[in-house]
Amino acid sequence: MTNTQSNTIVFDDVSKFYGEILGVNRVNLTIAPGITSLVGPNGAGKSTLMNLMTGLLKPSRGAISILGTSPDRPDELFQKVGYCGGFDSFPPGVTGAEFISMYLSVHGFSRSRIEELTLKALERVGLLEAGNRKVAAYSKGMRQRVRLAQSIAHEPSVLILDEPLNGLDPMARAETIDLFRTIAREGLHLIISSHILQEVDMMSDAVVLLNNGYIVAEGDIHEVRDEMDDHPIQVLIRCNRPGYLAARAFEENIIVEAKLLDDRYGLLIRTRDPDRFHLALNRIVVEGDIEIETVASVDSDLNAVYQYLIGSEGSSI
Amino acid sequence: MSAATEAVQTQQGATARPWRHWLRQVAAIMRLEIRRSLFGKRATLIYLLAVLPVLIMLMLALFGTERTWTKTVTDGHGNVTSQSTMSRSGPMKDPATASVVFAGLFEGLIVRTVIFFGCAWIFMNLFRGDIVDRSLHYYFLAPVRREVLVCGKYLSGAVGSVLLFGAATAGSLFFFYYARGYSASAQFIFGGPGLKQIISYMAIAVLGCLGYGAFFLLIGLFFRNPIIPALLIYGWEWLNFLLPPFLKKISVIHYLTSLAPVPISRGAFAIVAEPTSAMFAIPGLLIVTIAVLAIACWRIRGLEISYGVD
Repeated sequence: MTNTQSNTIVFDDVSKFYGEILGVNRVNLTIAPGITSLVGPNGAGKSTLMNLMTGLLKPSRGAISILGTSPDRPDELFQKVGYCGGFDSFPPGVTGAEFISMYLSVHGFSRSRIEELTLKALERVGLLEAGNRKVAAYSKGMRQRVRLAQSIAHEPSVLILDEPLNGLDPMARAETIDLFRTIAREGLHLIISSHILQEVDMMSDAVVLLNNGYIVAEGDIHEVRDEMDDHPIQVLIRCNRPGYLAARAFEENIIVEAKLLDDRYGLLIRTRDPDRFHLALNRIVVEGDIEIETVASVDSDLNAVYQYLIGSEGSSI
Repeated sequence: MSAATEAVQTQQGATARPWRHWLRQVAAIMRLEIRRSLFGKRATLIYLLAVLPVLIMLMLALFGTERTWTKTVTDGHGNVTSQSTMSRSGPMKDPATASVVFAGLFEGLIVRTVIFFGCAWIFMNLFRGDIVDRSLHYYFLAPVRREVLVCGKYLSGAVGSVLLFGAATAGSLFFFYYARGYSASAQFIFGGPGLKQIISYMAIAVLGCLGYGAFFLLIGLFFRNPIIPALLIYGWEWLNFLLPPFLKKISVIHYLTSLAPVPISRGAFAIVAEPTSAMFAIPGLLIVTIAVLAIACWRIRGLEISYGVD
């Protein structure tokens, strides 16, 4: 086992079929430490990839290595992996603390250690006071948090989280994202699936974009954007003379599309050559005596990237 | 000591002394499962089932020995014209008849009904219950070999069923001997075949739990709706007395009844087969149980869980 293998998650030509239905196909992927988000619409293959990583599903073809361990070895794998699945289910009748401690007991920890780890996990997700209440009486957000606590209780090196922010209120969402960042700073792998692109944008070091079981793009969000040279990027400009600016830009042949916003102060343009556009923009602004309020790249957010890559509106993902 | 350090130590311990580590994990799984199967709300039915033969034996002990009553005849004015004392001997009065009655009750009620359905409920729920509750993945996401999980779950079911149905058998035997009175029972147990019979009945109950338990655990792993295969097995076991000798041997009940200390009549249509001796019946049942558990281990190694949609 090489040093790289022992510190990365590797999918080597992995496919998964459910009978004749494709789950994921020919996935080759290497995930480094940090926060990696799996993004895609329903049926894209996000949960399939996560379940393959944790051995809940077996690949039809290919091999997976989690820090050098195969998912076929749960006794070794789950010493270092924690998984918070997307399913909101619990053993009947348990309290939050019992839910965490009962599965810690299977690890082989001592009783005092189980108690200590349970309290620590509950504290990390802000459920210390509610720990002795039945899970059945928890709100959806609390259930989400106690599942998160259960997955981090044994302090794993790899944390796999399926839609971990679902059901959380804005405050809990912000706290949970902070918790993820803290965990990632400790050198852990965090693999998160989400369809809320804004959150993915906020917290991810890398993204894996999936559609219909295939990886559409992967890497740093900005690198992914750079891969799409053929696609025009969008720039939003707020100024006092948007009509003039649009006309001049067309004359210079540096944009392919311009859209005047309803408030008459905003202009959304699409260009294939952003460097040339920005140079020309300076000249046009000076020549036309235009007062610029904002120039912002709209495409650097994941929503736009996704829209380009799979031809789907980000908001509908 | 951090969790990571303790996890590393646990891992090192597991590598150096895997059996000790596995035993610790089996014990942990057993604690969780026994608590759930014996002390949960779902256990109420099992308790009712287990107490049924004890109540029937209690009734037989109280009312099935000898009944005496006085018959009085009066005229139209209420004057007694004749009075006679009558008595009727119950099935528990005569020791030989009582033994046969108990043997029939033990096989028909305790083994074929209480242990069969009790084990079906307990063992099929070990995995199927988790799948229905959608909580099996929590075990699959723990650092435990799936074979160890099968062992832990099976042993928890075995302990629970042996405790419950062993107690039901012991309770039934208690009232069986209570009906005879202390001195006759003591004489029968310590001076006659009573002690051997008690041991045989208890052994049959334990072996029944182990054998049926393994089959039902396997059924719970293979079938989404395990009731139909369980009923098919029930039918096969009930019709066993009608089967030709070689088919009789493909059943649990054949080996259990071979160990019965008091033979019972199976009716005119029964096909008689030579009972299997205890020397072969007991190890044979245990070997079959282990083989069934090995299939369960093979099955669970390939078992996939997929909750929700992508």
